[in-house]
Amino acid sequence: METVTLTMKDQPGLYLEADSITPDAFAGKKAEEIVDLPVYTGREQHRLGDFFEVSGTAGATPAETKIVVNGDISRVKYIGMKMTDGEVVANGNADMYVGAWMQGGKITVNGNVDAFAGTGMKGGEIIINGNAGNYLGAAYRGDWRGMAGGKIVVKGNAGSDLGTFMTGGEIVVGGDVDVHVATHAEGGKIVIKGNAKRRLGGQMVEGEIYVFGNIDVMMPGFAYREDVDVEVDGVKGRFALYEGDLGERHRKRKGQAIYAKLYQLVGA
Amino acid sequence: MTKTVTDVVCPFCGTLCDDLEVVVSDDGKDLLEVYNACAIGAEKFLHSQAKDRITRPRMRQEDGSWKEISYDEAAEYTARILADAKKPLMYGWSSTNCEAQSIGSEIGEAVGAVMDNTATVCHGTSLIAVQDIGIPSCTLGEVKNRADRILFWGCNPAHAHPRHMSRYSIFPRGFFTGKGHAGRKIIVVDPRVTDTAHVADVHLQIEQGHDYELLDAFRVAFKGEKLPDFVAGIPKEKIYEVAETLKSGRFAIIFFGMGVTQSIGKNHNIDAAIAVTRDLNEYTKAAIMPMRGHYNVTGSGQVWGWQFGFPFAVDLSRGFARYNPGETTSNDLLRRDEVDAVFVLGSDPGAHFPFSSVKKIYNLPSVAIDPHETPTTEVCKVHVPVAFVGVEVGGCAYRMDNVPIETRKVVDAPEGMMTDEEFLKRVFARVKAIKGV
Repeated sequence: METVTLTMKDQPGLYLEADSITPDAFAGKKAEEIVDLPVYTGREQHRLGDFFEVSGTAGATPAETKIVVNGDISRVKYIGMKMTDGEVVANGNADMYVGAWMQGGKITVNGNVDAFAGTGMKGGEIIINGNAGNYLGAAYRGDWRGMAGGKIVVKGNAGSDLGTFMTGGEIVVGGDVDVHVATHAEGGKIVIKGNAKRRLGGQMVEGEIYVFGNIDVMMPGFAYREDVDVEVDGVKGRFALYEGDLGERHRKRKGQAIYAKLYQLVGA
Repeated sequence: MTKTVTDVVCPFCGTLCDDLEVVVSDDGKDLLEVYNACAIGAEKFLHSQAKDRITRPRMRQEDGSWKEISYDEAAEYTARILADAKKPLMYGWSSTNCEAQSIGSEIGEAVGAVMDNTATVCHGTSLIAVQDIGIPSCTLGEVKNRADRILFWGCNPAHAHPRHMSRYSIFPRGFFTGKGHAGRKIIVVDPRVTDTAHVADVHLQIEQGHDYELLDAFRVAFKGEKLPDFVAGIPKEKIYEVAETLKSGRFAIIFFGMGVTQSIGKNHNIDAAIAVTRDLNEYTKAAIMPMRGHYNVTGSGQVWGWQFGFPFAVDLSRGFARYNPGETTSNDLLRRDEVDAVFVLGSDPGAHFPFSSVKKIYNLPSVAIDPHETPTTEVCKVHVPVAFVGVEVGGCAYRMDNVPIETRKVVDAPEGMMTDEEFLKRVFARVKAIKGV
């Protein structure tokens, strides 16, 4: 795997829309070609090289390309957007839309990400070694298909609207989450190792939520069924199983409605 | 002698009352009296007659004082800041007519602006929910003539839309609602005992910020599933009872306001309320309607929906329309320093935005186009006073139920004043000249 290193040299006046920072856009290009890739601030088009020092050479295909982004990238949007393969390592806090609509490959962020990371994600892996903002792995506005596949792991906390309209894939949050988890979800799995606040699984059709810590307020549409022994993300434990959202529509199998499942850890 | 103009449309709130009578002087220059309007609407008409009204554009000087400038100079400044900016914000649009909104959209497209209206701090969240799950709605005429179950959720029309209750929702006798108030059941959901709650048959005094849970509880109750003993501070027996009341009606309507659109959960609250309405349609006829605030905020959503496909927070900076509230909404843009010029028309963000956002406006090249002196004109570099739409110039406006109503001119604007539309046309001509298109 060949590595291209980007180092931020000049901050944009506003925010930088850099949807060209992907192994797909870099593949088969030398550093002097990569600097010419387009980026935008507001309505102005610039070159990637206007803001970043570029060194190294990309591999022949996305799968053989690794991108390392260094420097203060807190005003850079769309890192790894729509990537299909390869690897991106962002060393610092990244702005919105990290790995949005990602289809494959791996993104590692050694810092925090702002909102809309993994929006409409279909495959691949995002590792966030800091905190994530709102709308992690959610659907884009108006879309009824959120994250459909792949895996997102957050070491720290995540914001609100986690996994809205999720249909598949897995999100693991090491810390706490804000309100609205898996709203409208029709599949997928969300593991919260810390505490959750309120509105877990509102309007949820199918899918699974696991919470290791506290839940401030349980949705009235979730009913307690039984205690079950489950192993999740390498942790074995006894979980209280709730099913819901009873107010929402549910498909039936053999005459039985299939509900979304919410597991809360009650004992090791 | 005076003359009375009848069937005047009130340009204050989204109810857009169309039965006002206005007495004007014989020469049509002075507006003397207003009949049938609420206190706020009447004041809007009478305020146009203020003797200390500002009638010429003015520019802020280094020492903080104002200097009078011509409309041409104001148009030049406005065109220049919009054309020079990488990403200007063009905000407001709710207290003007659709004709002005349409020209504003053309300017926005030419300069690559972010177009946002007052829905961004009001019913924008409702629009997100509508896009997510659709909306079964109706007109206010249907409410008056058919509705016998009226639910006000997080809104207080007694103060915000004063004639709504008498014209449409509680008191009027309609075609199938001949008993008026007596034939209707009024339910109010509000954490406070508002004046609207005083006229309700049932007031659910919900715990603040638990609307989503209570809406979900109604859906559970409709399906006859079990509820916890209390939801949002309301005992389950009460929830089952109200659910039955709603189901037993011939026509249920839910009106909702900023108590749910701007409290925790925002669009999700409306999403759940729409789901409740949809569920009710399994048992009876039900509809839901946002209590839109400004008289033509609905119209700006209509104009942009038609021109760009999105009703607010439209980012045109890359030459195509993008829409993602949370990123392209005014306060997020200002808070994050994502815009480098601010244009305000027909709105008062100085009074309604968080102070941190207002400070950002103060620090940027900025222009406010507004008939009044407002907190916004105080923080902007240039203030362009214009004629009052619906008083001194007519034009199309959309009522809260998306019905377009042509507003009427009743008096002349002070000598030499421009309208929003005229001023924007002049700005657009200058923008085209600067851009060479």
